[in-house]
Amino acid sequence: MPPSQAMLNTPSPGAPDEKAKRHTISILVQNKFGAFNRIAGMFAAKGYNIDSLSVGPTEDEGVSRMTIVARGDDQIIEQITKQLNKLIDIVKVIDLTFESFVDRELVLVKVHSTNDTRPEIMQIAEIFRAKVVDISPRTLTLEATGSQQKVDAIIKMLKPFAIKEMARTGRVALKREFQGEV
Amino acid sequence: MSRQAHEEESPAAPAGRLMTGAEIFVRSLIAENVEVLFGYPGGATIGVYDALHDISDINHVLTRHEQGATHAAEGYAKATGKPGVVLVTSGPGATNTVTGIADAMMDSIPLVVFTGQVPLRLIGNDAFQEADIVGITRPITKHNYLVRDVRELAQTIKEAFYIATSGRPGPVLVDLPKDVMAQKTHFAYPQSVTLRNYTPILEGNVRQIKKAAEMINAAKRPVLYVGGGTILSNAAAELTALARKLRCPVTTTLHGLGSFPENDPLAMGMLGMHGTWYSNMAVHFCDVLIAVGARFDDRVTGNVEAFAAEAKKIHIDVDPAAISKNVKVDVPIVGDVKRVLTAIQELVNPLETEDWLRTIDAWKDEHPLRYMNGGEIRAQYVMQKLGEITGGNAIVVTDVGQHQMWAAQFFNFSHPRTHITSGGLGTMGFSLPAAMGAVFGRRDIPVISISGDGGFQMNSQEMATIVQHRLPVKIFVINNGFLGMVRQWQELFWRRRYSQVELANPDFVRLAEAYGCTAYRATRTAEVEDVLCKAMAHTDGPVFVEFVVAKEDNVYPMIPAGQTVNEMIDTPDPASGGDTRTGDRIETVEKGKSRKVSVHAPVTSNA
Ligand SMILES: Cc1ncc(C[n+]2csc(CCOP(=O)(O)OP(=O)(O)O)c2C)c(N)n1
Ligand SMILES: [Mg+2]
Repeated sequence: MPPSQAMLNTPSPGAPDEKAKRHTISILVQNKFGAFNRIAGMFAAKGYNIDSLSVGPTEDEGVSRMTIVARGDDQIIEQITKQLNKLIDIVKVIDLTFESFVDRELVLVKVHSTNDTRPEIMQIAEIFRAKVVDISPRTLTLEATGSQQKVDAIIKMLKPFAIKEMARTGRVALKREFQGEV
Repeated sequence: MSRQAHEEESPAAPAGRLMTGAEIFVRSLIAENVEVLFGYPGGATIGVYDALHDISDINHVLTRHEQGATHAAEGYAKATGKPGVVLVTSGPGATNTVTGIADAMMDSIPLVVFTGQVPLRLIGNDAFQEADIVGITRPITKHNYLVRDVRELAQTIKEAFYIATSGRPGPVLVDLPKDVMAQKTHFAYPQSVTLRNYTPILEGNVRQIKKAAEMINAAKRPVLYVGGGTILSNAAAELTALARKLRCPVTTTLHGLGSFPENDPLAMGMLGMHGTWYSNMAVHFCDVLIAVGARFDDRVTGNVEAFAAEAKKIHIDVDPAAISKNVKVDVPIVGDVKRVLTAIQELVNPLETEDWLRTIDAWKDEHPLRYMNGGEIRAQYVMQKLGEITGGNAIVVTDVGQHQMWAAQFFNFSHPRTHITSGGLGTMGFSLPAAMGAVFGRRDIPVISISGDGGFQMNSQEMATIVQHRLPVKIFVINNGFLGMVRQWQELFWRRRYSQVELANPDFVRLAEAYGCTAYRATRTAEVEDVLCKAMAHTDGPVFVEFVVAKEDNVYPMIPAGQTVNEMIDTPDPASGGDTRTGDRIETVEKGKSRKVSVHAPVTSNA
């Protein structure tokens, strides 16, 4: 479905000089040959920056969900959503920034550890409810899940111990069912 | 999937018989009422060409280059409003279509381009004549497909035509692997298409239309700024009616030319970089700007911040993404231009614009379009005379450069679909093949190709196709011995350092004759009218005319790129460039005025 008429025809607020904001855009896309490429290509061709991108299957077998975190002022983000809507394979685009939503990100962090530092790292893990998923004499690998801020925070705490490798999934998000009007 | 294809047998197809992909392809084109196909065969499409061999419903035109085929399809589409169809082979055949596809994307031209592809199992192997054309054209198509199963072929073709022609039109590419085209299945051409997120919005939002009407009714100094979307939507009549009801002056973009008669007193001609002085002034000082099927292109707006800065802006466009892309507007209306204009017209009243029109008339008097005329031929004069001789009843297909701007300024376009050019991409070499394509769609009106000496040589091979089909194309080359537009910029902005812009040309008349085409050359102003009349009277096949014109003339007025009306350069007096000699005079042309004034001016020799 295209966005409603009313929405399209309402001029979006915000002066052009407004600060760039982070937007979480949720995209349902048909599993068609080249569809992801088309989306990524659109961002590249229009010169839009992506902070993170995650993609996976949904309850509908023919459709995947992409969650893209992009940065830009309101006019840029409005263009991004409109350009995405123009892509034929896209089923739905929602800018969650204008909605209430739940989001999670998962990170795997492999951090240097010694007998001396291990307890301290474990303590940090506990505070963040992170799990130890791998251990070796010189490293610990932690798995943490949470909002982007929480993931950022644990990474910050682990940095002093020297992070050897890390993998983040990027943000996934869903709109909340109750939008606060209840 | 929610595609709803009603499985019905096409009457042409006997039920039960298995058909190859190639046969299905041909039958699908017939079902789409394709009357002409521009193409070039090769290894990957040899089976498809075999299936085409016995078909009389479709006229296949063998161009001499795949770029020519895509531009021909564009010309056909622009002249008729129907989609242009192209068929080429894989690899180099496919990559040769890229420029035409990009051109169609920029100018919203409905094209369906079929490319051959290596067999599915070889894709990705760097097979002979393999190119990832789907990847290459992804950013320059409205949509594209790789057909991976013959059972998807008919459905894909149906979707391709639907997407190309609906909403904001554009090119769609369908890649056809050789083995898929040899596979067999039952043929049934779908009757309808439903795509999950593709439903162009045609009806404008009623609230927005009301808002726009209120804004218009309160206007003191309105301007209608009209783009190519008006012609795509076949809304020239609605636009003209609205302008006349409102008594609102009209300016058009390059692609909007023809949507409003330029001899109407409300007409201001083209706006933008090489627009008329008065249209740019009017846009600058208007209080309500009504943008109709236009996209605030940088060649129109110059410095966007200063563009109609004081005006409330209404923007009507079928493409939501075109709205507020370059310029923030006050009342956006997403919808089909024809329907929205009709709705607005019912809600607006005639405006009291007498003062405003008087101001514009004064600008027209002070700053008309002007050029030097006399000894050497001036391209402007050729365009003006051509407009007069044809009465505007001709399709003029221009190339890119100075001659393109002069045609836009001086021909006086008055009918929709009579002006065809490459505006968005600015593709040199467009005119000749596009004019050829236009003739295949329109035999009821003369078709004139106008190129520069540079651009003509970018697709001159299509002379062979034109002669082969004895197409009545008038082929005009404006020979100034230069890549004129680039030379003009070098003259004005790069201290006259002429870097790589001078052309050593062939004898164009003999070249045309070698192709088997009647050809003339005009070198003096006095010969222009006569040769134009001869060319227009020549209906038996093509006719070629070379106009040898002043070498260093410039297009004016000019707003340098990214600037504002404050930096607008009017025609210097007398015009710079070329030899001015006794007897030259300034010719002035005012849009939308019944009188055409010729001022004889004394000439200084140091011009
Ligand atoms: C394919 C392509 N290459 C380069 C350009 C850049 N360009 C724009 S106008 C122009 C000069 C065109 O010369 P000519 O065809 O002789 O026309 P004139 O300006 O002299 O009328 C050039 C090189 C272009 N528009 N298209
Ligand atoms: Mg030239």
